[in-house]
Amino acid sequence: MLGCATGAFAQDAVSRYNLQQPVTRIASEIYSMHTLMLIICVVIFIAVFGVMFWSVFHHRKSRGAVAANFHENTAVEIAWTVIPVLILLGMAWPATKTVIAMKDTTNPDITIKATGYQWKWGYDYLQGEGEGIRFLSNSSTPRDQIEGAAVKGDTYLLEVDNPLVVPVGKKVRVLTTAADVIHSWWVPAFGVKQDAIPGFIRDTWFRADKEGIYRGNCAELCGKDHGFMPIEVHVVSAEKYTEWVAAQQQLTAAAAVDDVREWALAELVERGQKVYAANCAACHQADGKGLPPAFPALDGSPVVTGDPAAQLALVLNGKPGTAMAAFGAQLSDTDLAAVITYTRNSWSNQSGKVVQPADVAAGRKG
Amino acid sequence: MTTLTHDPIGAHAPHGHGHGPTGLMRWVTTTNHKDIGTMYLIFSFIMFLSGGVMALTIRTELFQPGLQVVEPEFFNQLTTMHGLVMVFGAIMPAFVGFANWMIPLMIGASDMAFARMNNWSFWLLPPAAILLLGSFFVPGGATAAGWTLYAPLSVQMGMGMDLAIFAIHIMGISSIMGAINIVVTVLNMRAPGMTMMKMPLFCWTWLITAYLLIAVMPVLAGAVTMILTDRHFGTSFFNAAGGGDPVMFQHIFWFFGHPEVYIMILPAFGIVSQIIPTFSRKPLFGYASMVYATSSIAILSFTVWAHHMFTTGMPAVAQLFFMYATMLIAVPTGVKVFNWVATMWRGSLSFESPMLWATGFIFVFTMGGFTGLICAIAPIDIQLQDTYYVVAHFHYVLVAGSLFALFAGAYYWLPKWTGHMPSEFLGKLHFWCSMVFFNITFFPMHFLGLAGMPRRIPDYALQFADFNALATIGAFGFGLSQLIFLVVVVKCVRGGEKAAAQSWEGAEGLEWTVPSPAPHHTFEEAPVFKG
Repeated sequence: MLGCATGAFAQDAVSRYNLQQPVTRIASEIYSMHTLMLIICVVIFIAVFGVMFWSVFHHRKSRGAVAANFHENTAVEIAWTVIPVLILLGMAWPATKTVIAMKDTTNPDITIKATGYQWKWGYDYLQGEGEGIRFLSNSSTPRDQIEGAAVKGDTYLLEVDNPLVVPVGKKVRVLTTAADVIHSWWVPAFGVKQDAIPGFIRDTWFRADKEGIYRGNCAELCGKDHGFMPIEVHVVSAEKYTEWVAAQQQLTAAAAVDDVREWALAELVERGQKVYAANCAACHQADGKGLPPAFPALDGSPVVTGDPAAQLALVLNGKPGTAMAAFGAQLSDTDLAAVITYTRNSWSNQSGKVVQPADVAAGRKG
Repeated sequence: MTTLTHDPIGAHAPHGHGHGPTGLMRWVTTTNHKDIGTMYLIFSFIMFLSGGVMALTIRTELFQPGLQVVEPEFFNQLTTMHGLVMVFGAIMPAFVGFANWMIPLMIGASDMAFARMNNWSFWLLPPAAILLLGSFFVPGGATAAGWTLYAPLSVQMGMGMDLAIFAIHIMGISSIMGAINIVVTVLNMRAPGMTMMKMPLFCWTWLITAYLLIAVMPVLAGAVTMILTDRHFGTSFFNAAGGGDPVMFQHIFWFFGHPEVYIMILPAFGIVSQIIPTFSRKPLFGYASMVYATSSIAILSFTVWAHHMFTTGMPAVAQLFFMYATMLIAVPTGVKVFNWVATMWRGSLSFESPMLWATGFIFVFTMGGFTGLICAIAPIDIQLQDTYYVVAHFHYVLVAGSLFALFAGAYYWLPKWTGHMPSEFLGKLHFWCSMVFFNITFFPMHFLGLAGMPRRIPDYALQFADFNALATIGAFGFGLSQLIFLVVVVKCVRGGEKAAAQSWEGAEGLEWTVPSPAPHHTFEEAPVFKG
């Protein structure tokens, strides 16, 4: 996979002036359509402004130019109305074919649902090889790189903890939706950008022709950390994909065991700190002080120091009309138990109380 | 009580009606179209500088990768307010200021049709501006949902959003009243002999713009009211859980928003169509086709709104319809550019400041037109939607388009407003600095967008660093260049070469038959127009 990574950097190096190197048929069509459009526009531009600048230099009063008095010419006026229409028809033809091809999401090999959250992506493999795999994908750029305390890496702001993995040459249908506000799932090299709309499902598709790592961003303003929810897709060979699926399924099985066993306080706090950093710290901050009034403090908060059931209900269901998401749909029982236990045993909140995965499971039912 | 007018000439005019209040109350109570026009122009320039400070703060944060100057939440407030302030506070009121000053003078009317309503239209704006700018200081700060206010993000915002909604309502009422006034003035108060098809093109473009305003401002008011009730009164217009649809907001918003784009550019076409013939010393080529082209653009503008929404996932048929309709707009827009070039062809050209700005407008605006055509192609747009390419595109049409035309118009009519010729040296300096720095700022953004930099982000990947640094340098140059204009206007008001009634050699039209500066009251008896 390292080989792929260096390949991806090489692409970055050449995509400073133009669309990124396409790796799907649709993206190639878009790439060449844009090149064609650009050439036509530049030619027209040079022709029109060639005439204008000829006038600017030669028909100057200071050069003794005397003004003519013509002010209409029906033939010319009809010509410069009709000819642009013909040029536009020429442009519309290839575009129409591509629009129709982009909309053809039938017969996918693999179907993946991408859910936009403030501010991360969640992936569910719904159909095809890997069905049942689900995970969250958070930006993995360290905070100190963003704040300038550390040197920025090559994939600064374009890297995630759990990338989307798909096999090369297979048709992948992506269903998009969102949990809170509108996001947009965008991978430039695939020619894919599809808004993720809360309460609705939209779809798009791609078939990547080349193995590699492809990176994109959320492309619809979605609040504070809109700039910090990247997309990273690893396109791998069929064998590597099968290996990856097996590894993921083992992780899922291990998680199922975690959800039913009893956990010690220290274990939960340790795990909870990681969950907190990935899911909560963007708003409530690593020090628990929040960013009031939009994002309240957890340190000393009556919710966090009060009845655990009420806190659990808030974390599971979110708070409508605010940025507080319903984490019940995103995190496992163990992660929820860990993060709630962590908030109850951090900063000045030192209750010593433990919330177990079993409590979360009970809370989900209640 | 002494007469207080703009100028010494007016004060000694034979029939100065000197019975109004003086000092501040003169401006508060005035019903004179020239006073009101002046107030609109000053207001819009103040808002232009305020929006400019926001833009420079944005560019400062984007100078280097990483977060240095502002937090992401505040960054989003700045991008949002920059858009709202520039659209509703700077560009639109500036054009209304031109309409107030020039339409009565151009059609030979003594004032606007509804002089008191005109006063009210203006004085609604300062409270709206205070609400909008004041929202930075309320708990949670200003709205950070983008100037497009997309639901459900706008439903999440704090009380800054409510202030913005209220401000938009007030500004909308002001625009509707101003538009009604312009329609009635243009249709009823033209001098005898001035038929519709002999009217100066600036009046035509504003007449059409006024109809657009009347048609779409209520739509915007409806959209933001639905946001308000979703926020506070439990409705679910844009909430799927309650049976609503977030995308519906975008449809309603852009049904307003796309005609709004033309509201901000059609009067600019009008201004340029006045200036090019003057300095070409040759009549405007294709007057009738200019009128038809403007009307076609206005009508088409109601059928293209969803090209802002290609990535929402419309059916293929809808994408194709909106793509074709959008491409069609290139035809009448092209006709306009061809007409201007044909007007210059075999003219006797000179390049005083107004002509320089107008020629610069055609050149740079056309680039924005071409990137618009590229964005009209749905598959390409899906790649470019919400990237810096779009930021480059709409700044080419709104800054190099609307704003450059406003400057062209200001240099053109400053002699009529102040009685003095603006400094040619400073006018040219202002133009060349603006032109160069504008392109340094916005041209690299095409590359950034193509290469994949999303808009509305406070921090970016490393491969975008060089162009962002360049754009920031350009932005500061552009911002500082605008102070030259302030100097030009102040100098021009205070003194300078005396302007003749016909201040420019090739200038034609009724506004050039009255003295410069125009007396407080003009055309009390309608002139006879022989066109």
